[in-house]
Amino acid sequence: MLKKALIALSATGLMAASAISQAAEVVNVYSYRQPFLVEPLFKEFTKDTGIEVKVVFAKKGLSERLEREGKLSPADLVLTTDISRLMNLVNKDLSQPVKSKTINEDIPSQFRDPDGEWFALTKRVRNIYTTKRSDKPEGITYDDLADPKYKGKICTRSGKNAYNVGLVASYVANNGEEATREWLKGFKDNLARRPQGNDRAQVKAVKEGVCDLAIGNSYYFGAMMANEEQRPWAESVYINFPDQKGNGSHVNVSGMVLTKYAPNKDNAVKLMEFLAGDKAQATYAEVNMEYPVNPDVPVSDMVASWGEFKSDDLPVYKLAENYATAQKLLDEVRFDL
Amino acid sequence: MKHVPTAQANVHTPLSQTESGKARSISRQGLSIYWRAGSWLLALLLFTPVLALIYEASAPTGEIFAHLRNTVLGTYILNTVLLISGVGILGLILALPAAWIMANSEIPGKRYLQWLLVLPLAMPSYVVAYIYTDLLEYAGPVQRLLRDVTGWESAADYYFPDIRSLGGAIIILALVLYPYLYLLARTAFMEHSQSQILASRLLGCSPISSFLRVSIPMARPAIITGLALMGIETLGDFATVDYFAVPTLTTAVYDTWLGYGSLNAAAKLSAIMLVVVMLLISMEKYSRRRQQLYQKNTGQDHKKASSLKGWKKALALFWCWMLVSLGFLLPAMVLLDYVFRYFSDSWNIELLTYSLNSLKVSLGAATFATLVALFLGLYQRLQKSRFSSIPSRLVSTGYALPGNVLAIGVLTPLTLSDHGLNGIIMAFEYPPVGLVFSGSIFAIIFAYAVRFSAVAVGSVESSLGRVSPSLDMASRTLGCTPSEMVRRVHIPMVRKGLLTGFLLVFIESMKELPAALLLRPFGFESLATWVFQFVSDEKLEQAALAALILVLAGLVPLILLNRSLEAEQK
Repeated sequence: MLKKALIALSATGLMAASAISQAAEVVNVYSYRQPFLVEPLFKEFTKDTGIEVKVVFAKKGLSERLEREGKLSPADLVLTTDISRLMNLVNKDLSQPVKSKTINEDIPSQFRDPDGEWFALTKRVRNIYTTKRSDKPEGITYDDLADPKYKGKICTRSGKNAYNVGLVASYVANNGEEATREWLKGFKDNLARRPQGNDRAQVKAVKEGVCDLAIGNSYYFGAMMANEEQRPWAESVYINFPDQKGNGSHVNVSGMVLTKYAPNKDNAVKLMEFLAGDKAQATYAEVNMEYPVNPDVPVSDMVASWGEFKSDDLPVYKLAENYATAQKLLDEVRFDL
Repeated sequence: MKHVPTAQANVHTPLSQTESGKARSISRQGLSIYWRAGSWLLALLLFTPVLALIYEASAPTGEIFAHLRNTVLGTYILNTVLLISGVGILGLILALPAAWIMANSEIPGKRYLQWLLVLPLAMPSYVVAYIYTDLLEYAGPVQRLLRDVTGWESAADYYFPDIRSLGGAIIILALVLYPYLYLLARTAFMEHSQSQILASRLLGCSPISSFLRVSIPMARPAIITGLALMGIETLGDFATVDYFAVPTLTTAVYDTWLGYGSLNAAAKLSAIMLVVVMLLISMEKYSRRRQQLYQKNTGQDHKKASSLKGWKKALALFWCWMLVSLGFLLPAMVLLDYVFRYFSDSWNIELLTYSLNSLKVSLGAATFATLVALFLGLYQRLQKSRFSSIPSRLVSTGYALPGNVLAIGVLTPLTLSDHGLNGIIMAFEYPPVGLVFSGSIFAIIFAYAVRFSAVAVGSVESSLGRVSPSLDMASRTLGCTPSEMVRRVHIPMVRKGLLTGFLLVFIESMKELPAALLLRPFGFESLATWVFQFVSDEKLEQAALAALILVLAGLVPLILLNRSLEAEQK
């Protein structure tokens, strides 16, 4: 009985363990970014270089996995959707510096770590979408979100979403904790419904008349225009770049980090150079409707049609520094409840 | 299976028959040291992830807790309590009448209804949540129709309950979880001797009061077990409450971990939830403390289901078909509709691979968990000491943790083993083998075993509990060694319990999500991870085919499960 049980147990283990493989030319990526955003880029990279890209996608816990795997980790590169995760990896000492002339020429200095520990790849603006049932507002600001004139008219996703926490963190960095608390209270009072859904769902809610204002990242507007079912949602709103007379619109970044013990370091650096280069940056711009960090790469026609805008020149690492404070304030005003 | 040598060594030691004929005296000296040590080792092995989290929780967490307590924690706890009790109460209202009808009466189509009623269990709750939101939200067909009919123009013109709310979450979770209660209660209702019910009727009870005063009290342990299972599943749920924007304790766990960046505080919160679950489980045990019901001999006490007529029949039919429709048929039809409309989007040549992956890890986990349950269950029965139930309790703790937190707990011992193994191999100057444990699907199988062993343990335990100790005595008196007794008496008698445990773990593993997401090796995609990727982006339509396969894969074991439970009654 015992023997058979043990044999069965070890058989399960061996069967599982045998699934490990090692190919010659690979680079292993842990990605917080969704598959359909980055997979086309990897395919392109493999076509150019013959290096295979293997990926694990997860929205949570990849840095903890990397930390526990330590020296044995197969991961070479981590892709994130926002700056706080990038900094988190650096602060936990899970990254290593990259000195690449190519990358440094492609990515302006405010979008990378001075020591080369992390690099931003794309900029994403936090916009305010307003309904076309009324005129496009002049000079809208993030402060307006707390203005009583919008009482019961604003829709947003959960305050705890990284994009919103990033926005709040920038407010903390620019205006201090006290002012942010007051702002958040006013903002919460103006909500049409409890925060829910994703960014696109807010625009949909504007179309449906649930609210007049929605908070959302810029590229979702492009994504909705490209989707037959969602185009009417996007067509029902104006896209506004807030704070043009003040600090400028809030910008967060997606980015990449070379892991500390990257086993395929050379291949990983090649992939990093590729992602910062013109071709990949153009894909980010054309397919994902994001703003490339590489200044040589133009934005897509659609993104260009939204017009020039001034972005907040707050250094992005300041967002990460104020992330926990932002989270604390969101809980204090019970933003999601 | 032939023999356990060390057990035989004990056979000829004199039996302490003087201690009266209790079963324990016969089996006390029966178990070999290997079995005893093995049970504890196995239990500790499966307990290591929880241990890792307890260690993580012991680190200081600074002000986070005070801050949470002063701000949102109260609401989270309140929501959690309301959610669990709401799901429990609604579950009772839905499941008990259906279980009673199926156990005691004859209605048209009963043969099909019996297993149809179990099917909602095959539906991942996040898929059902998505489908109902799609149907009932402002832009959905229901409200559109309402507006067309009435001429209302916007959301401001009328009131419609918001599906994305605590109430919505309660309804959805009750709809997919009630089969736990239904299965257990139905079995209990069928097991009960008809004579007690007849006696109560003769003594003047109406059918209703006989139901309330005889059947329900007798089925209480089964009902409480079912409620405990529903409660634990509800507590561990993240996908549904997240989708419905109802913050619960699980939300707090993720906030502290990802928002405040403190895994320690998250682990501490998980530990609190663990305590709650242990309370639920002990409540279930406590309710059974005086229950000594053993399997009766067959052949007597054939019950005759009464045929329902008139409005009673109509009501019974309506109730059962309503449950089946809301919990299964409607969502399944929506999925089917998506599949037809978005076939080119959702067709993916890789789907076969994903299915095989799902199958592989689920079968692995179910086998692992069932063996663990059998091993520990027998240990608990045959080694009657005060501590013999501890191993089973230890392996059951993993059930209580939110999947994602558990996954991190699993990473700790697995990566430590990997580092140890590589250290040894490198000490002998061989090249390192890499992440054998944490970097392969072994990690997922192990995580599922940790998470779902409780389900198998429960089912094997209750089935072993119904084997009368007199059978142990008889078999030993007739000269069986303990291992022969296990092989020839216990295992044949708990076959159904083993099968039930195996199938339940299999179904849960097919649907499991967070652990698979985080622990998967490079390029590994299962049906659940593939579907969720689209659900989280609010585009289930494009993964409808995969979702449908996921549901179908759960149907087969469920039907088998139901059949085996039915056969048990005959």
